[in-house]
Amino acid sequence: MQGPLIDTLARQGVTRRTFLKYCATLASMMALPPAAGRAMAEAMAAVRRPSVIWLPFQECTGCTESITRSHSPTIEGMIFDMISLDYQETLMAAAGHQAEEARQNAMKANAGKYLLIVDGSIPLGQNGAYSCIGGRSNVDILKEAAGGAAAVIAVGTCASYGGIPKANPNPTGAVPVSDIVKDKPIVNIPGCPPIPVVMTGVLAHYLTFGSLPELDDKGRPKSFFGETIHDRCYRRPFYDQGKFAKTFDDEGARRGWCLFELGCKGPVTHNACATVKWNGGTSWPVESGHGCLGCSEPDFWDGGGFYKALSAPADPLKFAAAASVVGAAVGVGVSFANRAKKNKAKATHETITVADLEK
Amino acid sequence: MTDLQFLTWTRGPGLDLAVAVFLLGVLWRLIEIYTLGRKKDLAAPRHAPGASGLHTVFRRSLPPPGMLKRSPVSYIGGYVFHIGLAIIVFLGAPHVLLIKNLVGVSWPTLPSQFIGLTAVVTMAAMVLMLADRINKPVKRFLSTFEDWFTWAVTFLPVLTGWMATQHLLLPYTQMLALHILSAEILLVVLPFSKLFHGFTLFGSRWYNGRVNAHKGVPV
Amino acid sequence: MSASLEKGIHALKEVIDAPIASYFESCVHCGLCAEACLFHTETGDPKYTPIHKVEPLRRVYEREYTLLGRLKKMIGLSKPVTDAELDEWQELVYDSCTLCGRCSLVCPVGNDIVYMVRKLREGMAVSGHAPAGIRSATKNTVESGGPMGLKWPAVANVLRKAEESTGLRIPVDQEGAEYMVLLSSMEIVNYPEYIDALAKIFHKAGISFTLSSEAYEATNAGIQIGSSDLAKVIVSRIVDAAEKLKVKNVLSPECGHAYMAIRWEGPNLVGRPFKFNVVHVLELLDDLRLKGVLTMRDKLKDPLILHDPCQIVRRGGVLQAPEPLIRQVAENYIPIADKQKLNWCCGGGGGASAIHTEAAEALRATAFRIKKRQIEEAGVGTMVTFCANCRITIEEGFDHYEMNTKLLGLTELLAAHLEA
Ligand code: SF4
Ligand code: SF4
Ligand code: SF4
Ligand code: SF4
Repeated sequence: MQGPLIDTLARQGVTRRTFLKYCATLASMMALPPAAGRAMAEAMAAVRRPSVIWLPFQECTGCTESITRSHSPTIEGMIFDMISLDYQETLMAAAGHQAEEARQNAMKANAGKYLLIVDGSIPLGQNGAYSCIGGRSNVDILKEAAGGAAAVIAVGTCASYGGIPKANPNPTGAVPVSDIVKDKPIVNIPGCPPIPVVMTGVLAHYLTFGSLPELDDKGRPKSFFGETIHDRCYRRPFYDQGKFAKTFDDEGARRGWCLFELGCKGPVTHNACATVKWNGGTSWPVESGHGCLGCSEPDFWDGGGFYKALSAPADPLKFAAAASVVGAAVGVGVSFANRAKKNKAKATHETITVADLEK
Repeated sequence: MTDLQFLTWTRGPGLDLAVAVFLLGVLWRLIEIYTLGRKKDLAAPRHAPGASGLHTVFRRSLPPPGMLKRSPVSYIGGYVFHIGLAIIVFLGAPHVLLIKNLVGVSWPTLPSQFIGLTAVVTMAAMVLMLADRINKPVKRFLSTFEDWFTWAVTFLPVLTGWMATQHLLLPYTQMLALHILSAEILLVVLPFSKLFHGFTLFGSRWYNGRVNAHKGVPV
Repeated sequence: MSASLEKGIHALKEVIDAPIASYFESCVHCGLCAEACLFHTETGDPKYTPIHKVEPLRRVYEREYTLLGRLKKMIGLSKPVTDAELDEWQELVYDSCTLCGRCSLVCPVGNDIVYMVRKLREGMAVSGHAPAGIRSATKNTVESGGPMGLKWPAVANVLRKAEESTGLRIPVDQEGAEYMVLLSSMEIVNYPEYIDALAKIFHKAGISFTLSSEAYEATNAGIQIGSSDLAKVIVSRIVDAAEKLKVKNVLSPECGHAYMAIRWEGPNLVGRPFKFNVVHVLELLDDLRLKGVLTMRDKLKDPLILHDPCQIVRRGGVLQAPEPLIRQVAENYIPIADKQKLNWCCGGGGGASAIHTEAAEALRATAFRIKKRQIEEAGVGTMVTFCANCRITIEEGFDHYEMNTKLLGLTELLAAHLEA
């Protein structure tokens, strides 16, 4: 299915006009100048679709679901039309050795040029035995596949930062892609699951400019992860006024007040949910009444509890009682020593006479 | 360690440690100080209205006659920053929530913009107090390392808290973590420095009031 | 000849108590106490900041009675208090502190600084760091009955003269009298009119009184130097005499430190409550005024202000008597801003007036500027006070600044205008 994208789209009934509009939106989301939208459209329409290998490791398939499960065919769905997906376990018809063969072939044919997409974390425990495909450990496969890749895109929080498998106590020794691959550019598209349009955006950028978008210090495209949920949250005015829902069904919750006290991690979470929203712009978690879990941040799973407010202690205090006892004991100890010293001073008091005034 | 891990550490083990040291220190120091004993006053007491330990505990919150004019910066600056700190700590929503989580009681809070403004005013007053400490011969003469250090330890939580909410300098997550960390340092330092006056000033005022009330002098 | 640093530290270990601990832990180095102390306000020198004057006491407290201090001492982080240090502090603890207690009124955290100065003097005295002037006054009082070495025959002489000039009898050693009258040497020597005044007032009021030939001196240099043991020796004479004569009350003279010594420190020095009351002469007078006995023949016209002696008013609690009494006898009494418990010290209390070094005298003169200013601001030519020690200090101040302000003693003033 090689060939210019625009032809494929035309076959599916997507007009040039629709495509242009989409590219313009994408460009604006990525904070690119309006002209870039046109450039994108032209480039993508004309370009030969790059070969893409998608490796699934320790994951729940949620990321794939997120990208594919749009009930009406959306433009995000076109992502699969933008690329030549040569290996994707969940989606491909082939299975078993046939599938492995397809991957090997694609890797050979496009050596040094293909994009590697990874979802899921990589377990290192027990020599990687926790997750294997065709008898080979994930880490092995990743190293091999990354070797010939032009760039790696880590999709989802697991691939980006280890995600839920890495959650304390991390039984499988899960690590993110960036812990294994050190010599290739990596883009992290975290989220549990990630927002589909971010994927499209990164691919479009790559196809148009031949490079990866600008990343933040956690390897995320700045254009989508530059602001926090809290920065753009429509409930923010309530936060600023100090109006908080105290339970999920109180008056405040009904009035749409801020969910901070119910554990919302929006203030420390960088993601685009508040602006892009989910399910074709229908809604997003905070809008539907639940605080942000912080899913696009490293170790969000171990952030002290989803329903614990950010300013609340992450763990119950363990030492407080013991420390109080020790403190009181020290105090009493010093007190006894002090009294002994003072009493001794008093007991050994020698009555002062005028002679004692002179040296 | 990522910034979120750092934040989680400050919210978890860090807080746990800081509160533990704080409680340990406060109890130890209070017992150490107040069990040193004192002699009973055997002179026949004289009673006078307004003279008692409790009266002095409250009365000393106001400047004695003539003192405001003599040292306006100390009093006005002192009031502004103490009241400012109290507003921020006890009426800021995230702080009240923390208190609620720690001790189980809560009360209404003030809007975050107001808290932000209070923080600015508080910091201005603290800087003024610092300038006064540098400028005034008596204050400079009395100052030791501890005075500069405790100033910084008190100032930093206000500054970082304000900078976090205003998104200045560092990403919110890092600033928030620094804010919590600085507040924890404050907790740890408090029982072992002059900041302990927050506890002992009640005892001191009471003793002074008591001793002088025995003679019939409201002080 | 046996004062030593060890004795000094030992004494401090005995007197450090919970209030002192609390005070030191509370100090925030705000320096406000300096604004209340005349030695700082008049010199501008920061070393006269009250809390700084008790620094050696703080160091002993920290080293001896705090865990952190003990640890610091163990690892050598805190240096012991030395003789040289105490020597340096002598000027701060004696010359530049009159135990006036004004600082204790302003400290925002509530520190009673004068309480600490008084305690620090216990250590200063026995480590040999008390000024020579106060030392000899103490020695004289302990050994010969009064700071000026005045003996009974001389006192009896003065009493006889008073009897002659007033034509009234002054009883001596009379059992069961209502009041046993105490005097201060300064009054006997410099202001014998005080005795005349008292005799007149007692007779007019019809109250029985007596003097004791065994205890006539009320001043107590032991308290000023800061030695409770010596102060106890001095105060015991009064207690013994009063109990032997079975008097109801002991009348303290105007002298401020005398009142402080007998009224407030006395029972604590002898270790038990007294069997008699201690009354300050102004309290008695005010009582008589309320009873209508104290009627005046005429009133003084001169505009005047009052100097409230620290030890009687702010530190002694005789807050309400002075003003009604002065109004009783003066037509133009002008209340000043810092009066009553807020009054500024004359600069000679706490034994300071007994220190006769050049530096101490110069410092006293400088500190006196606050009184000078008060007089000038009020625009009066007369000041009234009620403490013999204040009077001497103020007269010195007047001389120094060549002021021709008149200084009067309140009791005498009342006696002079008393209706016969
Ligand atoms: S709901 Fe969450 S993201 Fe929205 S304003 Fe409140 S705390 Fe911020
Ligand atoms: S709102 Fe927060 S937890 Fe929910 S998807 Fe967005 S980033 Fe993840
Ligand atoms: S008692 Fe009086 S003289 Fe002494 S330090 Fe205090 S204010 Fe100064
Ligand atoms: S006024 Fe009180 S707190 Fe301030 S320096 Fe003096 S003693 Fe310390």
